[in-house]
Amino acid sequence: MKFINYLESVTGVGIYPLTSLIIFFVFFIGVTFFIIKGRKEYFDTLSQLPLNSSNSESVISNSKAYDEASK
Amino acid sequence: MELQKFQYDNKIVKWFAYATMTWGIVGMLAGLVAALQLCIPALNFNLPYTTFGRVRPIHTNAVIFAFVGNGIFMGVYYSLQRLLKTRMFSDFLGKVHFFGWQLIIVLAAVSLALGKTTGKEYAELEWPIDILITLVWVVFGWNMFGTIIRRRERHLYVAIWFYIATFVTIAMLHIVNSIEIPVSFWKSYSWYAGVQDALVQWWYGHNAVAFFLTTPYLGLMYYFLPKAANRPVYSYRLSIIHFWSLIFIYIWAGPHHLLYTAVPDWAQSLGVVFSVMLIAPSWGGMINGLLTLRGAWDKVREEVVLKFLVVAVTAYGMATFEGPMLSLKNVSAISHYTDWIVAHVHVGALGWNGFMTFGVLYWLIPKMFRVELYSKKLANAHFWIGTLGIVLYAVPMYWSGIMQSLMWKEFTPEGQLKWQFMDTVTKMIPFYYTRAIGGTLYLVGAVMMVYNLVKTIKAGNFLANEEAEAPALEKEFKTHGKEHWHRWIERKPVQMMIVSLVVVMIGGIIEFVPTFLVKSNIPTIASVKPYTPLELHGRDIYVREGCYTCHSQMIRPFRSETARYGEYSKAGEFVYDHPFQWGSKRTGPDLARVGGKYPDSWHYSHMLDPTSMSPGSIMPPYPWLFDDQIDVSSTVAKIKAMKRLGVPYPEGFENIAAADMEKQAKIITESLKKDGIQTLADREIVALIAYLQRMGMDIKNQPKETANK
Repeated sequence: MKFINYLESVTGVGIYPLTSLIIFFVFFIGVTFFIIKGRKEYFDTLSQLPLNSSNSESVISNSKAYDEASK
Repeated sequence: MELQKFQYDNKIVKWFAYATMTWGIVGMLAGLVAALQLCIPALNFNLPYTTFGRVRPIHTNAVIFAFVGNGIFMGVYYSLQRLLKTRMFSDFLGKVHFFGWQLIIVLAAVSLALGKTTGKEYAELEWPIDILITLVWVVFGWNMFGTIIRRRERHLYVAIWFYIATFVTIAMLHIVNSIEIPVSFWKSYSWYAGVQDALVQWWYGHNAVAFFLTTPYLGLMYYFLPKAANRPVYSYRLSIIHFWSLIFIYIWAGPHHLLYTAVPDWAQSLGVVFSVMLIAPSWGGMINGLLTLRGAWDKVREEVVLKFLVVAVTAYGMATFEGPMLSLKNVSAISHYTDWIVAHVHVGALGWNGFMTFGVLYWLIPKMFRVELYSKKLANAHFWIGTLGIVLYAVPMYWSGIMQSLMWKEFTPEGQLKWQFMDTVTKMIPFYYTRAIGGTLYLVGAVMMVYNLVKTIKAGNFLANEEAEAPALEKEFKTHGKEHWHRWIERKPVQMMIVSLVVVMIGGIIEFVPTFLVKSNIPTIASVKPYTPLELHGRDIYVREGCYTCHSQMIRPFRSETARYGEYSKAGEFVYDHPFQWGSKRTGPDLARVGGKYPDSWHYSHMLDPTSMSPGSIMPPYPWLFDDQIDVSSTVAKIKAMKRLGVPYPEGFENIAAADMEKQAKIITESLKKDGIQTLADREIVALIAYLQRMGMDIKNQPKETANK
């Protein structure tokens, strides 16, 4: 049950920060790329979501506008 | 396309709203009592249930998990249905979630008052309640994901991402930090010890702030702020960056609670770097919130809901600017253990969480009850009295925190410490009074709101099921050409959950793995021995009474601290501390080396009446320790549990533990007798004295040449 399972040295521990840095970096490049490439109308449509919740206005997602915008 | 008719469930939202209001008042009242106890010690009432050490955890747990917790669920249950254009997945699960959560709150309040605590801040609840929390949390997640799967809106709005991240991360934090070995139904020991326990605890503690007080409320901000202002969020692009960078970076920042402690230096630096980086996403989010109101600031003047939301977002900005600053080692050297930190968290709690909750309540209740707010004037008065309350709370605490820290560090030209610890305490009293006035104003404001909303509810007509219609979601999503990979995540809630879990796990794993695995990070000290059974009982009493809420056990390597308390604390000294008791606030002096500093009789008299030994003390008396007997029936179970955790007691030690206890207790009662004090050897005070006299002695007893192994 003892939690402390000591290794005798730090050899190989460096792989953890390195892996995380790579994941972090790649992911961020991806997000940034997506943000820059994405079309304005698409983001505009998304940002309207909370404002269109009542009844008949609420058809954005399946409407033509959405398909057009998310091209 | 054919429109489907369905109904939004407002009843569950209403229940959570009522619970938010009720627990808000209760939690703030507990906070006010705790604040007043610091300047009027008589308010501890000489009762175990009402001493500061138990009231303070009740306050923190009530405002975080009861007030803000119910506030989260209120906002999530309202916005999730509307953003996804469907009713919640299951009314029954919603009820189980609601009543389960309220049951947890009641059990928490009762058990904390009775002194059932793990001794880990914001995770004080004992293991049966921990399990209950896990189950109810799963019900919440089940209901949320069920709703997401049934949705009629293909895209998941950014608020929902924040809800998903909240769900996964809190589940992970709660489970990892709560791993403990039960001793009895209401007592357990943390699986981790010392430095490792500290790292896990503050990884949890910091991220409880991040993923319970911040991310779900950011979700609420992204829904309710555009709703109240009737305009879309300033930049949806920014919200995407805000989300990913916030959850990526937050999880790493925990060690900034442990600067200059015995935690390995690399872990401290890691915490600092990520804390400083946090300012970018936090301010990105704040700016996104505030700029949503661009061109609509005239509305803020008239609409009380917007006033609350604007101050909330501003307070979020202030607290998240201050946080990274406090994480710098040179600033932490001054601010740690002082009221400065108390001021900092209350700017976040009162400003960000409190005002956001009030704003949402003022918006939701009239809407669901189809009526105008009973009194706009009263709501405006609440806004101003609340704002004034925050200022009157925070300013004195900043002042007193910095002042006390500087007094702790001041030396005379002869090289002596200029102030006794008690001098610095008595200087705090006027500030504690002012803070209590600020807190009272804030509470009065909250009571005004409850009155206003009750009047509104009485005048209104509740709409339990709100009619709505939307087309069904097409089963096959047709893409036009090549689809961007991020949209794959956005549309799929399960992928979203997995990616956010991976993101938050990376930080945690990298923080822990080296500390757990590398021997050189926890240097062992040969003279550090496990606690004797009597000391162990004493330590459990120390934990039960919440001594850690006012006393630290961690001397930092500063001249001012080593001159006052002795040799600075080493990681190897805490290897048998399940849980660690480093504390985070020095309302009283550090106790890491209190052992051997005073005679047993001093501790005896001090626990009975602190002012008799230290005039001016604001510590409450603990008269029940002199009547209550040590719970010897649990000794064997305690030793066995410690052995399972790897504490090296000799084979069969649990069988001779009782005899060992008697022997040690006799030594203490005899030493007390010499000073003219008669006491029975089986009283709790004897065990507590044994523990207090043990603290720091391992190092003091150690031969010099092995001092630094």
